[in-house]
Amino acid sequence: MKAYNIIVLAKQVPDTRNVGKDAMKADGTINRAVLAAIFNPEDLNALEQALRIKDEFPESKINILTMGPGRAADIIREGLYRGADGGILLTDRAFAGSDTLATSYAIGQALKKMGNIDIIIAGRQAIDGDTAQVGPQVAEKLNLLQITYVEEIIELKDKSITVKRRLENGVETVKCPLPLVITVNGSAPDCRARNAKRLMKYKHAKTVTELQKENEDYTHLYNDRPDLNIQEWTVNDIETEASQLGLTGSPTKVKSIENVVLQAKDSKVISSSDSDIEEMMVELLQSHTIG
Amino acid sequence: MANYYNDNSELKFHLSHPLMQEIVRLKERNFSFKEEFDFAPLDHEDAIDSYDRVLEVVGEICGNIVAENAESIDAEGPEVIDGHVKYARGTEENIKALRQAGLMGMSLPYKYDGLNFPIVPYIMAADIVSRADAGFVNIWGLQDCAETINEFASEEQKQKYLPRVCAGDTMAMDLTEPDAGSDLQAVQLKATWSEEKQTWLLNGVKRFITNGDGEISLVLARSEPGTKDGRGLSMFIYDKLDGGVTVRRIEHKMGIIGSPTCELVFKDAPGELVGSRKMGLIKYVMALMNGARLGIAAQSVGLCEAAYRESIIYAKERMQFGKAIIKFPAVYEMLTNMKAKLDASRTLLYETARFVDMYKTYMHIAEERKLEKEERDEMKKYQRLADIYTPLVKGMASEYSNQLAYDAVQIHGGSGFMKDYPVERIYRDARITSIYEGTTQLQVVAAIRGVTTGAYLNQIRVYEAKQVSPQLEYLKRTLIILTEDYEQAVKQVTATNDNEFIDFHARRLVEMAGHIIMSYLLLLDTNRDEMFMKSTKNYIKFAKAEIKAHAEYIRTSELSDLGDFKMEL
Repeated sequence: MKAYNIIVLAKQVPDTRNVGKDAMKADGTINRAVLAAIFNPEDLNALEQALRIKDEFPESKINILTMGPGRAADIIREGLYRGADGGILLTDRAFAGSDTLATSYAIGQALKKMGNIDIIIAGRQAIDGDTAQVGPQVAEKLNLLQITYVEEIIELKDKSITVKRRLENGVETVKCPLPLVITVNGSAPDCRARNAKRLMKYKHAKTVTELQKENEDYTHLYNDRPDLNIQEWTVNDIETEASQLGLTGSPTKVKSIENVVLQAKDSKVISSSDSDIEEMMVELLQSHTIG
Repeated sequence: MANYYNDNSELKFHLSHPLMQEIVRLKERNFSFKEEFDFAPLDHEDAIDSYDRVLEVVGEICGNIVAENAESIDAEGPEVIDGHVKYARGTEENIKALRQAGLMGMSLPYKYDGLNFPIVPYIMAADIVSRADAGFVNIWGLQDCAETINEFASEEQKQKYLPRVCAGDTMAMDLTEPDAGSDLQAVQLKATWSEEKQTWLLNGVKRFITNGDGEISLVLARSEPGTKDGRGLSMFIYDKLDGGVTVRRIEHKMGIIGSPTCELVFKDAPGELVGSRKMGLIKYVMALMNGARLGIAAQSVGLCEAAYRESIIYAKERMQFGKAIIKFPAVYEMLTNMKAKLDASRTLLYETARFVDMYKTYMHIAEERKLEKEERDEMKKYQRLADIYTPLVKGMASEYSNQLAYDAVQIHGGSGFMKDYPVERIYRDARITSIYEGTTQLQVVAAIRGVTTGAYLNQIRVYEAKQVSPQLEYLKRTLIILTEDYEQAVKQVTATNDNEFIDFHARRLVEMAGHIIMSYLLLLDTNRDEMFMKSTKNYIKFAKAEIKAHAEYIRTSELSDLGDFKMEL
């Protein structure tokens, strides 16, 4: 095979890595207004793996699929800047409040419509929920094989892929036939930077909704250059059962949210004397902190 | 996630200079490229937005990759294996990141796969890269050799080489030889036409060649046997793919260790003649050097930025006598003066870059169509300004980068002398800036014409005529008085009509002009943005003291004093 059809699943998330004092609201939910919306970091690792496949097989196509509000079109643009060929923003009020089950259902249905996919690559998990469920669930919905915790694609040959998985106690090499779903670890290489020419071109890429909202000076562009139109799919564009969507389709119910502050207990001063050190060793061994 | 562009609003400020409107319009040929190239800007705002976004990528790569690699590259350095250079691991990583991001060949035309950036945003990128790693900027920045190909080579050569530069091939300029350093007229590397192979063959040795093993090199060689001076020299392109050049060794240097400085042996290496024979030194090297000097000025400003920032961080953290050392007058005075010199050299850098942009763009337009008379006049005006500003900024900024690096180590105290902090590397890296691409002393030789012809003074008058807000008037009055001191000193020195006496005072006179010009530029910057207020006030104070000292020295100097200075062989 000389070319692969690749879909990268990506999510726009609040940047929880740079949390300030006002990151949480009084009720314990995330205050999205003060946190920048970013490309989920491990999804960028996933995109890099896709781009490396395209480096090797330049005829390959990479499309980004993201589900979220209108502003998540940024995720598609970020993908385009780095080398993706296109993307679809799945956006509709009907998807609001989805847990991982409803999300993977909607994404699965969108992937079915896209069809003919060789490899689906997603980040291991998103930093806002940390569930690591959507990738594997999508594989199950589509009845595809899956490899999680991937750190490196060692070989891609015809209809088979060999990858290195990063596990808690070591690494594992797995070979698997295509098509399949891969989820990528944060320990995989960082995504390459945005490319200057692609940035200058695709900064104009917009969804229909964005075009309608903005007072665009460049309307003619979008007729002349179809690749600047970002596809936007609503619930009407994919085949779905209403009962499996959004809040209705989400069995996960949040009972309450607590604000947990991690605090160190009283500190203990240990001198450099032999007896103190010995005492500390014994204590650490007894508490199974070491050994 | 450091971003060396976003955290430096002083850079963005220079993108908004009023002259940018004209530069961008000319560079984009009234925004006519957009029909042919889908990433070309649609209008001025779109162009500035693109520069801004691309510089943000430069800042991101520099903050996260280039700066992170600087220390290991400095420790590891490049090596020679089988006659070729192997870069340090970090250098490879930097090149790959910048190549993937399409940041090579930034200023080259669209038709050769470039970004068609004006010099201003290109130099800004160099400024940022240098702050991250001043050794690495040498390798990346040699892409401006491609400008010389773009200016003087044949269409066929441009089509052959320029897209390769944009794709990431690195370059070198092979000028210096063991006996031809500052005096390039002495170049001996031989170029002989081979009837049999239908090509020029290059034979000889080059020394001190930065990135000498780059993919594409510009070589200065003697094509006219029997000649002894610059008129027998021509310029050639050597393509590494052809083979014939080996690296004999890499120099062990004090600083910019990641940048391989090579001794090259040419053995029947094929060379393609650039432009006309005999014009190698007289025309092409001069153009090449002017581009390179602007690059060194950018490298110097980037180093100033790095030295200043490291010092601020340290001075805030370091506690002595119960308080952070930044609270002590002796330390905060040093820091404030560092910032003033940084802002001053940066504003001079971008003023020069704008002049270069204006004349070079007109020059390229002149290849496409006949220029109108006003356009030709504009081109000449900016060319003259670029010619006197380039040595000025190279000289002043490189000296300041050394002063700032010195002060940065001083602020760090004993720790600064250790390899534990980046200032130790910055100090070593800065040292070369006032030496290569022409020492400061040689920049003065080029810049003194700006003094004796009155060209600096004319431009000072242009600045003087610009309106500033009432609260800045008092600063302007100071500068008017200092300009009188300068005029008086120039008059006194030139009145002797003695070249040796003029040479003796040349550096003083050039520095006086430089201080006044930088002060005016800062004043005009402050008029547009208050953020430069402190630097402007402080720089003018400093400039005044310097100018007065030079003026006094010159006032009491006589031709007969030279005898007290002359040294016997």
